Amino acid sequence: MATVTQKQQLFGHAESHHYLDASKGFMSWIFTLDHKRIAVMYMFGVVTSLILAGAFALVLRSELYTPDKMFLSEQMYNQMFTLHGAVMVFLFIIPSVPAIIGNFVLPMMLGAKDVAFPRMNLASLWLYWGGGLFFLIVLMTGGLDTGWTFYTPYSVRTSTNTIAATLGAFILGFSSIFTGLNFIVTINTMRPKGMTWSRMPLLLWALYATSVIQVLATPVLGITLLLLIVERTLQLGIFDPAYGGDPLLYQHFFWFYSHPAVYIMILPAMGVISELIAVHCRKEVFGYRFIALSSISIALIGFLVWGHHMFTSGQSELASLVFSALTFLVAVPSAIKVFNWLCTMYRGYINLSTPMLYAMSFIFLFGIGGLTGLWLGALVTDIPLHDTYFVVAHFHYVMVGGTMTSLLGGLFHWWPKMSGRMYNELAGKITCLLVFIGFNLTFFPQFIMGAKGMPRRYARYDEVFTIYHQLSTIGAWVLGIGIVASFGVLAYAWFFGRKASGNPWGAASLEWQSSSPPSFHNFEHRVLVSGPYDFDAVVYDESVDGFIPVLPEKLAPVAPATEPVASND
Amino acid sequence: MATANLEKDEYSILVEHEHQHDHDHGPFIAHHFETAEQQFDSGKLGIWVFLITEVLFFSGLFVAYILYRYGHPDIFLAAHVHLDKFLGGINTVVLLFSSLTMAWAVRAAQLGDNKTTANCTLITMVCAAAFLGVKAVEYSHKWDVGLLPGNMFSYSPTAEHPHQMISPYLYYISAPFAILMLGFAAGAGMYLNTGSKLVGKFYMGLAITCLGYFGGVAGGVGYMEVFAAGDEAEHGGGHGSHAAVVHDSALVATPVVFQDTEETTEAGEAAAEEATDEPAPKPAEAHAEEAASGDEAHGADSEEAVHESGPVDKRLGVFFSIYYCMTGLHAIHIIAGIIALAWIYYRSLAAHWRPDYFGPVDYVGLYWHLVDLIWIYLFPLMYLIK
Repeated sequence: MATVTQKQQLFGHAESHHYLDASKGFMSWIFTLDHKRIAVMYMFGVVTSLILAGAFALVLRSELYTPDKMFLSEQMYNQMFTLHGAVMVFLFIIPSVPAIIGNFVLPMMLGAKDVAFPRMNLASLWLYWGGGLFFLIVLMTGGLDTGWTFYTPYSVRTSTNTIAATLGAFILGFSSIFTGLNFIVTINTMRPKGMTWSRMPLLLWALYATSVIQVLATPVLGITLLLLIVERTLQLGIFDPAYGGDPLLYQHFFWFYSHPAVYIMILPAMGVISELIAVHCRKEVFGYRFIALSSISIALIGFLVWGHHMFTSGQSELASLVFSALTFLVAVPSAIKVFNWLCTMYRGYINLSTPMLYAMSFIFLFGIGGLTGLWLGALVTDIPLHDTYFVVAHFHYVMVGGTMTSLLGGLFHWWPKMSGRMYNELAGKITCLLVFIGFNLTFFPQFIMGAKGMPRRYARYDEVFTIYHQLSTIGAWVLGIGIVASFGVLAYAWFFGRKASGNPWGAASLEWQSSSPPSFHNFEHRVLVSGPYDFDAVVYDESVDGFIPVLPEKLAPVAPATEPVASND
Repeated sequence: MATANLEKDEYSILVEHEHQHDHDHGPFIAHHFETAEQQFDSGKLGIWVFLITEVLFFSGLFVAYILYRYGHPDIFLAAHVHLDKFLGGINTVVLLFSSLTMAWAVRAAQLGDNKTTANCTLITMVCAAAFLGVKAVEYSHKWDVGLLPGNMFSYSPTAEHPHQMISPYLYYISAPFAILMLGFAAGAGMYLNTGSKLVGKFYMGLAITCLGYFGGVAGGVGYMEVFAAGDEAEHGGGHGSHAAVVHDSALVATPVVFQDTEETTEAGEAAAEEATDEPAPKPAEAHAEEAASGDEAHGADSEEAVHESGPVDKRLGVFFSIYYCMTGLHAIHIIAGIIALAWIYYRSLAAHWRPDYFGPVDYVGLYWHLVDLIWIYLFPLMYLIK
């Protein structure tokens, strides 16, 4: 290429001088303060955890292919589902969207150079590794069999390594707090001129709401786990009834964090979906204000409903009634979001790209997951359904069908920005289909067998449930192959994909105003703030093979230099 | 940006705009902030959010306190007499004073008066260390007589407690401070003579801080010797006065567990009963076996404790569980505070603060006030129960 125009330099594909080649060597990565590199490193950790915990799940499902013992003893089965749950929750889902997509995109959406506290961001990544290390220790020292909830008094008495696991979760909690704190401050103080609260992309609203939960709920988990460790070592008598403690107090503390944590998992996913749907339908989001405020209200209501995990634990009937009633409140903002997404799609220019397919499967799966939540929130139906596979299917529809689909969709969407390369669209669609089919095949039969009375966490089962378990096992393998294949497609694109321009989708939020991949400082120019979904603010430009922002009148030079500015006012 | 054959077009106007405001960065403005105000505001919001997490971190313990006190007020009443109001009160005064000097340090930093900031920070550090010294005296005395948390509680009002001026536990707690103090003093001497005066002064300050700890220890031990001993003599020796209160309120002095577990689940109750049944009928030879089985070992321990030292009201252990958790976590925060203050002290000596840059002093100050505030709640909740 003989001449590089300024336009290409700023908004096109960056061959060099981008964040990936800004400095070289292992140390330049693990000591980096660059939010983009931190996001990429998080991605490695999170995907590794996903594959590990997914492998545990496949072992479990394979064992359940027949009603009798195949290769796992009951003891091993307990350890497998505990580790599957603990690793998935603490090392995969909670950090997934905020730590990867949030870290990468949030400062760029604000047109900023970095998050407010880059060193704290790095600390949070190191804490993540530290917590992961403790879970590795657990794996190597005989596993864990308490279930991911660490309920007392069993967790105080089991001979497996509860202390290492709870320490790991404690450390991961601080990683999560640091990320949340950073995001809150960044969004509050580093918005560019012209970006008011009501002109922020919806992903930022969702991440803000998530951060509020992380900051308010996680410390309570921290102190709870700390008390559990001290209870186990010093026989405190706070949670262990043998010394006068109250195990129900543990459950209250635990769910005071862990229910809001469900929203730590799903809210950022919802934010991602808002972005995907708007961009891939090229339509201003319908009901912006409602989607934004519903994120905040979910975060707040989420703090008031923890007791619905304890309907059958022996809390008072009045408490159960109140918690049940409050639980139904969550349905309102959730439904507001779903309806607004559908209205956004209505009469939009729907581009059935891979991210959009993931977004649509999110709406479908989250719809099922959310609606079955109503059955479990109602006291009458919860009594027969509690601790059955119905519950398992419900939360997997929300967590996996929701969070994981949106993580994958988000990765496909922002992959051109992160790697500077486009993925193969056809391969992406096929993997999306595999994930969707595999997921439903795995978890839909679990609703049926749960309703028929199959209890969760059982290694052996009655023969009448065989067909459902077999369908579920087959589905799990399809799902596993689908997930691995989709990461394969992404990995292939990272090295061999077609070069992507700065804004291949024609999105209007600020992160797309950089080159792909972005430079170390994200932007080599002043960002042009428009509405986050004002798709008229970008225009296709052949010279960069992508979209570029339209210069406002007053900024455009008096005498046009090489090309006239495309005007579409 | 220095691509050789870069062709200028209308978008270059964005780049020129960007480059205009890249010059007003002061010495301590991080690259990603536009202005000093933005950096200050970010830090301020950050520390406030952090303080919220701290409050919630402690909240679990406060909730546990409320629940157990509401459920068993008699135990709290009987147990709190073992805490020394005078030492707690002294510590409260020390912390309040340290908050004053901290606030003074912040004001001085705002005015760019680095010398006053350094001195006030040093006084704050010394107060913090003195607080720890008094706390160490309190802790070690309790460990001596068996006022331990939960199931390890083995205090018996009738047992003889050999009088010793300095508890062996106090040596263990103080050893790290002594080593640190000698190290810092040596470092101070070395640097003041040959190296950087700044580092020398910094080490000197740290050594003085450690000295503050021993000041607290000396004060605490001295008080125990002079006043507490006189107190004991007045009440007829030993801990007789305490014992009387215990017997008044705790009806039976032997139960190992709560029997009134109205909030616990059925599973919990079953487990509790199991634990009560177990220790009593076990023959001696079963002990080794039990201890070996690991998770049942505590049953054996508790039984031994009962046998060794007469009537032990194990129920008081829960109060001390909560006491040690809360004051222990608070002490950890004091230590973290000293480290943060040391950083401020160093930067004050290096004269980093100016009227447009004093954020870190302000942030650490806010943290210090919170740690102080938590103690203001802990003191009446623990020491002044009625």
